[in-house]
Amino acid sequence: MTQSGVYWLQQILNALQLGSIYALIALGYSMVYGILTMINFAHGDVFMVGAFICFLAATLLKLPFVLTLLITMTASAGLGVLIERLAYKPLRNAPHVSAIITALGVGLFLENLTLAFYPYPQHVPPLLHNVTWQLGGVALSSLQLIVISLSLTLMLVLDYVVRRTPVGVAMRAISWDKTSVPLMGVPVNLIISITFAIGAGLAGAAGTMYSLAYPVIDPYMGIMVGWKAFIAAVVGGIGTIRGAVIGAFILGGVEIMVVALLPSTYRDLVVFSLLLTLIVIRPHGILGSPRVQKV
Amino acid sequence: MKGRVLIAVAFGLLALNCPSRAGKLQFYNTRMDQSDSVGQQSPMKKQLSLFLNFLVLSAAIALIGCGARAPKEQVIKIGAIVELTGDMPAVGASSRNAAELAVATLNRAGGITIAGKQYRVELVTEDNGAKPDQSAAVANKLITQDEVIAIVGPNASLGAIPAAEIAEANRTLLITPWSTNPKTTMNTASGAPKQYVFRACFTDPFEGRVLAGFITGQLGAKRAAVLYDVASEAPKSQAELFRQTFEKLGGSVVAFETYTTGDRDFSAQLTKIQSAKPDVIFLPAYYNDVGLIAQQARRQGITQTLIGSDAWSSPELVKMSQGSVEGSYFVNHYATDIATPTAREFIAAYQQKYGKTPDDVAALTYDAMGLLFHALKAAAAPERQAVRDAMAAIAGYPGVTGDIRFVPGSGDPVKSAVIMQVKSGQFAWVTNAVP
Amino acid sequence: MIAALKQQWQRALDARWLVPCLLVSGLVLAFAIAHFGLLNNYVQLVLIYVGINIILATSLNLVNGYMGEFSLAHAGFMAVGAYSSALLSMKVLPVAAHPALFHLAVLAGGLVTALLGLLVALPSFKVRGDYLAIVTLAFLMIVKSALENIDAIGGPRGISGIPRLTTLPWVFCWTVALLWLIRNFVYSCYGRGVLAIREDEIASDLMSVNTRRVKVLAFMLSAFCAGIAGALFAHLLQFISPRVFDVVKTTEILIMVYLGGIASIGGSILGAALYTLLLELLRPSTVAGLLSWLPAVVFDPLNDYFIRHLGVLRMIIMPLALVLVMLFWPRGILGLREFRGFIPRRDRRAHGATRLKGTDAHDAADSH
Repeated sequence: MTQSGVYWLQQILNALQLGSIYALIALGYSMVYGILTMINFAHGDVFMVGAFICFLAATLLKLPFVLTLLITMTASAGLGVLIERLAYKPLRNAPHVSAIITALGVGLFLENLTLAFYPYPQHVPPLLHNVTWQLGGVALSSLQLIVISLSLTLMLVLDYVVRRTPVGVAMRAISWDKTSVPLMGVPVNLIISITFAIGAGLAGAAGTMYSLAYPVIDPYMGIMVGWKAFIAAVVGGIGTIRGAVIGAFILGGVEIMVVALLPSTYRDLVVFSLLLTLIVIRPHGILGSPRVQKV
Repeated sequence: MKGRVLIAVAFGLLALNCPSRAGKLQFYNTRMDQSDSVGQQSPMKKQLSLFLNFLVLSAAIALIGCGARAPKEQVIKIGAIVELTGDMPAVGASSRNAAELAVATLNRAGGITIAGKQYRVELVTEDNGAKPDQSAAVANKLITQDEVIAIVGPNASLGAIPAAEIAEANRTLLITPWSTNPKTTMNTASGAPKQYVFRACFTDPFEGRVLAGFITGQLGAKRAAVLYDVASEAPKSQAELFRQTFEKLGGSVVAFETYTTGDRDFSAQLTKIQSAKPDVIFLPAYYNDVGLIAQQARRQGITQTLIGSDAWSSPELVKMSQGSVEGSYFVNHYATDIATPTAREFIAAYQQKYGKTPDDVAALTYDAMGLLFHALKAAAAPERQAVRDAMAAIAGYPGVTGDIRFVPGSGDPVKSAVIMQVKSGQFAWVTNAVP
Repeated sequence: MIAALKQQWQRALDARWLVPCLLVSGLVLAFAIAHFGLLNNYVQLVLIYVGINIILATSLNLVNGYMGEFSLAHAGFMAVGAYSSALLSMKVLPVAAHPALFHLAVLAGGLVTALLGLLVALPSFKVRGDYLAIVTLAFLMIVKSALENIDAIGGPRGISGIPRLTTLPWVFCWTVALLWLIRNFVYSCYGRGVLAIREDEIASDLMSVNTRRVKVLAFMLSAFCAGIAGALFAHLLQFISPRVFDVVKTTEILIMVYLGGIASIGGSILGAALYTLLLELLRPSTVAGLLSWLPAVVFDPLNDYFIRHLGVLRMIIMPLALVLVMLFWPRGILGLREFRGFIPRRDRRAHGATRLKGTDAHDAADSH
């Protein structure tokens, strides 16, 4: 395909935007897996609820963008902690798969609860004024810039929190060894709740930005996005924060590039085949380390 | 009946109370088990037994309750299958609203007279979750258990086709308001049309022809691009029929791009379309997808006219697209601005009861119910075969979506379509397209 | 007195003729219901769904419960079985003339799916746990995407007009046959290998369990059964399309397995039956009929606020009930336990199930 560099630049921007949103959600998956070795399948639906909260805040409260974002993040964080306390905490010592099925159940519950209130897709009113600049043939919209920069900022903040603050150190410690960490005076339950809160808050932010970029929301939008973000987290190495981000951008990039190069019908086919090969060749993901299993 | 239930209950209780002494595989005491004691009936197991026994008994009661309900006299039951849950709840909600409005209006006016006797109409609404297996189960239930005289729905062809098979096998009239797949009313094995299945809308081939003709004729376009949902059969067949007809009329399809249901980002496909430089872009998508696609297209600098299918005809379209569909054309079932008195009445009543303007699903469901009432009135007796014959003989019914009639031997109606344009945020009638 | 009765009861349950007797009576009942219309079409259809779901749940239980993997590809297996058998019976085999060929089509569908199961088993050699979940999910998506793209078999429109050949007695026969197959597999030496892999794969490898062969066999058997279930499903609904076999379907089967109990054939039967029946029972008109004996002053508000909205409410109640079940019975209702009739005689002692006093002096001394 003889396309100019402008075309590719455009696609790269698209990929960055998609990747940033996937990254925010993938981070939630990675953090929870790192601490609890549990896949929180309800995370995609927390993202969806976040988008609906943003819709409610925008239509009922009509606040400026930053306040709406903060409200959405706080509310989603609260939802995350609630789910953790009610559904996941009692199952911490149960077999691994029970927690997964519970997560699936919680996800279904959230989807259908939202469905009961909003069967019709809703339009989120624009919270930011959008300006499109034409730079030598490439159409750059301020929305894309804001989404990308905001996501990167949040990721940098998270990175700082995890590496420099006591809370972050505690999180990393728990992901190393859950049994001896409480002996060191670390309040494990509190740290786990904080992890869920941060993950859910990021998902809420992703929901807000998603409704900025793609303003039509419906109760089932979290399913595919959730699964794709989960795949991104695994590709990058689940349990690691940098891996989640890298995996998300790779997945966003591959999705966009496949559609750009091949007929778009083959997108799912190619993306999932690539994914399959990657996992089989390098099962722990790109930045993940193999789990040492003592025999 | 009671005997059968007693046998079932006996089997159920027998099966349930057997495993009270079931052991567990001993060589799992490494990791998987921690809390179960061996053999004894712990309180939890007792609770479990009680709970399961209760379940069996309530199932038994349900069977008794369902089958033995005595039919109330002077009531005609109509079944409605709608997609209340699943991935198109908006369609189901609209359809159910319109059906309930139709029944309420009729009952308020005194009900319906069939063969000299007065009847009240009762609507039995069931959810099929937009899934074919549930569709089949629900169709069976309505026909055999609830004993409805006819069925309205399902809307999506995914559910309509299995339900149509069941209705045909049980010789019950089924009219689908919104399913445009030709296979719904056709017997695939023999190629002959089904006898008991009708629809209230036009089919995909007709729509494709209408649009292609309009574009080449009135708009004079020679190059068209298409963007459609490859995983959804209505848009896909509309896209392919459009391409066939358009090329036959001398045009050329310069880009034929796809996306999958649930996609939100169309930037890659739109960029490809932009570089192919078409005259118009055909977008046979549901209105919430159109909102996203149109906005992204305009943001990317695509200025060509957009052309839509009947799935655009929802009042939410303009709100969802925030001005990006201004000037676009699409096919509709009826024109709201030159609406007939029947249509205006319906729109006003719907707005009053539900607070929103009705979309195409609602209008078509209202017409499907109207057709059914018309057939019931003309039927010789309140029986399924009589109603079906009356429906097939409808020679002209003035519905909300235009004049509808059926030709003998086909369940597809003969009705015209309208082409609308979005002007200043409103739908404006452009021209009629007669078959 | 009660103790003596209990003993008689236990002895009856232990009798050799119990299970065959139940099976034969079940078969007779199934034929009678279908032939004489003892139950109406709707209830028969629901029973057929229960049968198909039992096959799906048990075959998934084999991989997820007994082997401890986490496989999400089951809807894909079902799809392949449905499509291959539908194409065979519509295009290749003269089913209209010889209805018995229907079973050949179903069997062929299962065999084609077993080949796909072989393909899915290969990554499982290297990859375990949550990563296998991704791999199997990828398989599911690939199958679905492939089916949507191949226009020759209908593409997103699917295949319609499949001859309706599935009936209650045939479903009963296939269910019994496949359950028998799975049960024999589980209690064979391959089954021991499956359990060993679940407990500790490396240790079992050291203990001369051929993990590769066992995994391949387990996946192939699971896929075979799912393919047959898909074939029966296709010939029941007379219409299949790729939209039917998506992640949501896999989630439903997963729920049936974990609800009923992992590593338990009886558990799968229970889970499948419970899920299917509850879904049908919680319909507005059914519940309204069930409660219609209540006085109007109680029934009318109940109807307006609760029963009328059951269509949407039941999809909220069901996941909530699932979460509650998981909280109280994390391994499922019958997790890791089994109906006595399924366990072969020689294994019953290992299960600690034999409680008959005086039948065997050794048992009394057993302290399992």
